[in-house]
Amino acid sequence: MAAASQLFQVIRGMELARIWPRARFLCQTCCQFSHPCDANSGPKQHTWRGYRTSQAWHTYYLTPPQVNSILKANEYSFKVPEFDGKNLSSVMGFDSNQLPANAPIEDRRSAATCLQTRGMLFGVFDGHAGCACAQALSERLFYYTAVAMLQHETLAELESAVEAGRPVQPVLQWHKHPNDYFSREASRLYFSSLRTYWQELLDLSTPGEGPDTAEALLSAFKRLDSDISLEAQVGDPNSFLHYWVLRVAFSGATACMAHVDGAELHVANTGDCRAVLGIQEPDGSFSALTLSNDHNAQNEEEVRRVRAEHPPSEARTVVKQERLLGLLMPFRAFGDVKFKWSIDLQRRVLESGPDQLHNNEHAKFVPPNFHTPPYLTAEPEVRRHRLRPQDRFLVLASDGLWETLHRQEVVRIVGEHLTGVHQQQPVSVGGYRVTLGQMQGLLQERKARISSTFEDQNAATHLIRHAVGSNEFGAVDHERLSKMLSLPEELARMYRDDITVIIVQFNPHVIGAQ
Amino acid sequence: MRGCVWSSRALSPGLLLRLLRDARCCGHRLDRQGPWGSVRLLATAQDTQPVPLPSQARVVICGGGIVGTSVAYHLAKLGWTEIVLLEQGRLGAGTTRLCAGIISVAKPISIESQMADYSNALYERLEEETGVKTAFVRTGSLCLAQNQDRFLSLKRLASRLRVLGIACNVIKPKEVVKLHPLVNIHDLVGALHLPGDAMASPPDINHALAVAAARHGVQIHERTSVNHVLMEKGHVTGVETDRGPIECEYFVNCAGQWAYELGQSSEVKVSVPLHGCEHFYLLTKPHHQPLHPNTPVVMDMDGRIYVRAWQGGILSGGFEKNPKPIFTEGRNQLEIQNMQEDWDHFEPMLNALLRRMPSLDSCEIHQLVNCPESFTPDMRCLMGETPGVHGYFVLAGMNSSGLSFAGGAGKYLAEWMTYGYPTANVWPLDIKRFGNLQSSRTFLRHRVMEVMPLLYELKVPRWDFQTGRQLRTSPLYDRLDTQGARWMEKHGFERAKYFVPAGKDLLALDQSKTFYKPDWFDIVGAEVKCCKEAVCVIDMSSFTKFELTSTGDQALELLQRLCANDLDVPVGHIVHTGMLNERGGYENDCSVVRLSKNSFFIISPTDQQVHCWSWIKRYMPSDPQLHLEDVSWKYTALNLIGPRAMDVLSELSYVSMTPEHFPTLFCKEMSVGYANGIRVMSMTHTGEPGFMLYIPIEYALHVYNEVMSVGQKYGIRNAGYYALRSLRIEKFFAFWGQDLDSFTTPLECGREFRVKFDKGTDFLGRQALMQQRQEGITRRFVMLVLEDHDAELDLWPWWGEPIYRNGQLVGVTTSSAYSYTLERHVCLGFVSPATAGQNPTVITPDFINRGDYEVDIAGQRYPAKAKLYPFSSLFAQQRRRKDDMELSNFQGK
Repeated sequence: MAAASQLFQVIRGMELARIWPRARFLCQTCCQFSHPCDANSGPKQHTWRGYRTSQAWHTYYLTPPQVNSILKANEYSFKVPEFDGKNLSSVMGFDSNQLPANAPIEDRRSAATCLQTRGMLFGVFDGHAGCACAQALSERLFYYTAVAMLQHETLAELESAVEAGRPVQPVLQWHKHPNDYFSREASRLYFSSLRTYWQELLDLSTPGEGPDTAEALLSAFKRLDSDISLEAQVGDPNSFLHYWVLRVAFSGATACMAHVDGAELHVANTGDCRAVLGIQEPDGSFSALTLSNDHNAQNEEEVRRVRAEHPPSEARTVVKQERLLGLLMPFRAFGDVKFKWSIDLQRRVLESGPDQLHNNEHAKFVPPNFHTPPYLTAEPEVRRHRLRPQDRFLVLASDGLWETLHRQEVVRIVGEHLTGVHQQQPVSVGGYRVTLGQMQGLLQERKARISSTFEDQNAATHLIRHAVGSNEFGAVDHERLSKMLSLPEELARMYRDDITVIIVQFNPHVIGAQ
Repeated sequence: MRGCVWSSRALSPGLLLRLLRDARCCGHRLDRQGPWGSVRLLATAQDTQPVPLPSQARVVICGGGIVGTSVAYHLAKLGWTEIVLLEQGRLGAGTTRLCAGIISVAKPISIESQMADYSNALYERLEEETGVKTAFVRTGSLCLAQNQDRFLSLKRLASRLRVLGIACNVIKPKEVVKLHPLVNIHDLVGALHLPGDAMASPPDINHALAVAAARHGVQIHERTSVNHVLMEKGHVTGVETDRGPIECEYFVNCAGQWAYELGQSSEVKVSVPLHGCEHFYLLTKPHHQPLHPNTPVVMDMDGRIYVRAWQGGILSGGFEKNPKPIFTEGRNQLEIQNMQEDWDHFEPMLNALLRRMPSLDSCEIHQLVNCPESFTPDMRCLMGETPGVHGYFVLAGMNSSGLSFAGGAGKYLAEWMTYGYPTANVWPLDIKRFGNLQSSRTFLRHRVMEVMPLLYELKVPRWDFQTGRQLRTSPLYDRLDTQGARWMEKHGFERAKYFVPAGKDLLALDQSKTFYKPDWFDIVGAEVKCCKEAVCVIDMSSFTKFELTSTGDQALELLQRLCANDLDVPVGHIVHTGMLNERGGYENDCSVVRLSKNSFFIISPTDQQVHCWSWIKRYMPSDPQLHLEDVSWKYTALNLIGPRAMDVLSELSYVSMTPEHFPTLFCKEMSVGYANGIRVMSMTHTGEPGFMLYIPIEYALHVYNEVMSVGQKYGIRNAGYYALRSLRIEKFFAFWGQDLDSFTTPLECGREFRVKFDKGTDFLGRQALMQQRQEGITRRFVMLVLEDHDAELDLWPWWGEPIYRNGQLVGVTTSSAYSYTLERHVCLGFVSPATAGQNPTVITPDFINRGDYEVDIAGQRYPAKAKLYPFSSLFAQQRRRKDDMELSNFQGK
């Protein structure tokens, strides 16, 4: 086994040495596509020769510390505290980070520990048409989920405490980056919706019974989406709040959420964020296991589902140009009431809404071929996975990451980072014929990998660095990184999407013991 | 054929056959363990019955590597009998087996070059002497310079080697190509060619030395470990091995990597400060144009690598910036078993190699060898008798030059054991330069990580170690540090070099690594000026301070025997005196204060702490009434230099300090500020007026603060050792350890006035001095003032520069400094007339005074005026004193 991987190492080295001179040339050309003049033609179809380099371009060169400060601005790490030197949780901790492309960023992330039940919650939310919906999800979804998982007795206690005005036992302990904010204005509204939800749950549940996690996730997703919809229809006397709930409802967001309790892992997904499990093979390498299905046109199952929900006359229009009604990439999402409400309802709500909305073209615009709403649902697919000791980490990320890196590459980069590159297998010549030149090439490649790893304490940052700065050979190219990060605001979205990453690291010893 | 010469009792005839078979077949067999094939079995193997150990011997040597066998060989050659050499594994199975096999004279100090030169000659004749093939090839070597500073250091090395009579040529890059086919010269500025350097197979040399030693009766026992050394009353009495005890008079610790642990394991712990580091080198398969075995060794120090030919391919290793220390916890494994290769660690050296020899790119790898080497805290080996235990000798810590040094070091140690001292001055290598304070594992670990890269680093004048610092400090350290002190270290003690005034660019100062005028020039100039015109304070607490007391006159008797000067002086007098050896050479140069009738205060140079202690102890009768105490730590010493020093002191003590009331070379206990019992001495170690204050440490801060605040109006300021050095050198003061050594007599350095032949005691060295006085001296300490030397533009002298008289080499400088008073460089050094025939020529004042002198700095000769006495004009503004020639000496480098 070891010999085989040594051989692999050496062969890699040989390849590298062979393509080395060519690599330089390719790097130069690949950097050129980000020329602002040909931005409209899309990143891949650049016509370089016709243009002169614009002056502005050269001023955007970033130094490595500048690159780092951009990449690390949103990074966050959490380690589950140990008790008596032992970590009893199956989660050792997590790293998360975000890199904006939109201004402001439309992705959101959340992480929290359930206090009234066991387990931890992680979620990434990819907003579109604004960040309002994603923001609401990041604040509310975990509460809905946590409440849905509560025992009947705990719910009763919660309700009686609120009723009597006693202090309420906290439900969640949040792990937030300072940039992850909660909207203060809407909290009262959100709370009352949540209370209504648990009151219903209380009525439905029976004492001594705990809900099934998968069902709880399903219920929480659907309930939150319907609350968002309802709040927008009802409106609020406070005009700011009224405007806010409408913004939430008219924007949209996909969500991918994981719940880890001991060896039980549940992933609930709505839309095109993705959860991928990193599995360490006996030889030390990493392989990927995707735990969620993307809800978009690439998923044939999903296309079939959407078509089946509407009359055959709409078969050609409901999915057009790989988009829902020719407009929306994800086939499932929160909010987006334009795809859910009847035209009549939309008009009524908009007319009664605050003035700010009257000028909002996006809100007024009615999708074409809009005949049999709803076209969109927030119902998640929930998948249960029993963790094994070889399951080392879970990567939750918005589509911004998955568009740029293959999941196998993602898992390799994270795996090597978490296991520490100093534990990278030592090079050994063994009995093979290796020249000094080949060895030098191999060692330089290894060194480059090490140095880029040492720069990042945070695995999510490390992953984003690769996603943005990788060249054709999987090595981080500073020049490319610098150019990608220094794109002007209006251009950034052309070359990359918002990227949000949460990497949850599991504790194989705890998982193995369960 | 070879069998007939075997006389060793330890070897049975059956084993002999095995030995010869091995010797024939494994010359250069390819082996996965390293470049030299497997280790030969000399005496015992697992399947044979080991030869019983003798119950007693004269000397037991522990360690069968190249160093141990060399010591055995040289002892046997000097006529020693009953020598037993014990090896825990097999001969040469430690570092020797993996050593790269280069013998080079390119070493930082002359004594090391001398040892390498001797080793070289010894190894060359070894094959003929023993019949054992040693693979000795005189290939020569090339030291490459990638920049001008490196080229300068190579030129300095060249002029040093010429003094030793070793051939060397400074050559142009073009000539390098002619000597070595693979070297890329595009980034070179020059090179040094050492045609005498050689390559050999270390295990074969080791084997040959063992064979030769065995012929001379040395008993060699393999697979025998020394558990500990037995001692009684400070003398070695025997060793305890895993196969039983052996009684012996002498023990030699040549245990290499394991020398530290072996030292610690004895009853009275012996400090052998060394620490291992992993050392990597690469072996390749033959180059497509196989490299000729005569191809010179290449040392590309700027690339941190060396390269030699090996079986048509190359062997290349280096001394990386980030070494990997090992065995800190002291893992006592039997042999150095397969250490892990670490290619990632080797990457910078591989890059350097391919840059230097690009055509090796296509050469195939044979192996990357990891071979632990032991390093010492100052990059020099450890040699000599340990301070605490008589008969316990050490030779270890070769700093990865084991093969180069083993021959010469073995010879010197054998001489040391035979005659009491080697034939050359080996103080730089003497284990007594270290004490227990350098024995901390953490200190050693950190320091060797600096030492190993330093081997190939450019060493500019006055470089200091950066690691293992702030171990011993004066109580004033923080005060001085905040006032801009820049520090150097001596024997673990922090001493201020100079004080950077506020507002100076510090970054530039710290990067002041140059062979030319350093950037502290003006700073030190200002400090010197202040010493001359006002008053300066120098913290000189690092000095070694002993107190010798007795109930009767035993203390006086002892000192009268040890010291050349007369110590029977009135109480309160200070006497500058040498402690001489039988040859009349300086073992120590100190100032002795008679505190009372029977108690003396002895002030010696900082690095004399261990050496002087053991020297005194050696001659001290075991008399409970006589007591020697090391009080170095009890006193802080402040040196107040300058004409206004007496004003400051008299203001602080309400006592007149004028020469009428306080003549020079006197000591009084008095009060300074609130502090009472301060020993005030009228001497400054520089020839300038002023006082030394020896202050019990708890008063140090108070006295310093008082002196500084009262001194304000006299223009007082802090000064450092560089100012002191400039002052003492322009006054022609020699100091021990640099100018003076155990081969220098007082007569040779014009200090006859400090030798009292008629004091009524037959002091040590008296006979030798009497004889020398009779015959006349053959070398003389002189002061050379450089002329036609531009301090701004020309290279600065350091030490070790050759001195020429009428174009003929006559000596070497020992120290130098810029004299701010003369506005010239002053070098101190020894000259001796070229020997005509057998008898050395006696030196005459004419020889000194008539002659055109030149000092060679990196190949460039500068005319100089030789002087036997300092310039009297310097003293003109000073008040004439009773003893104008207050000559003292020992402020260290």
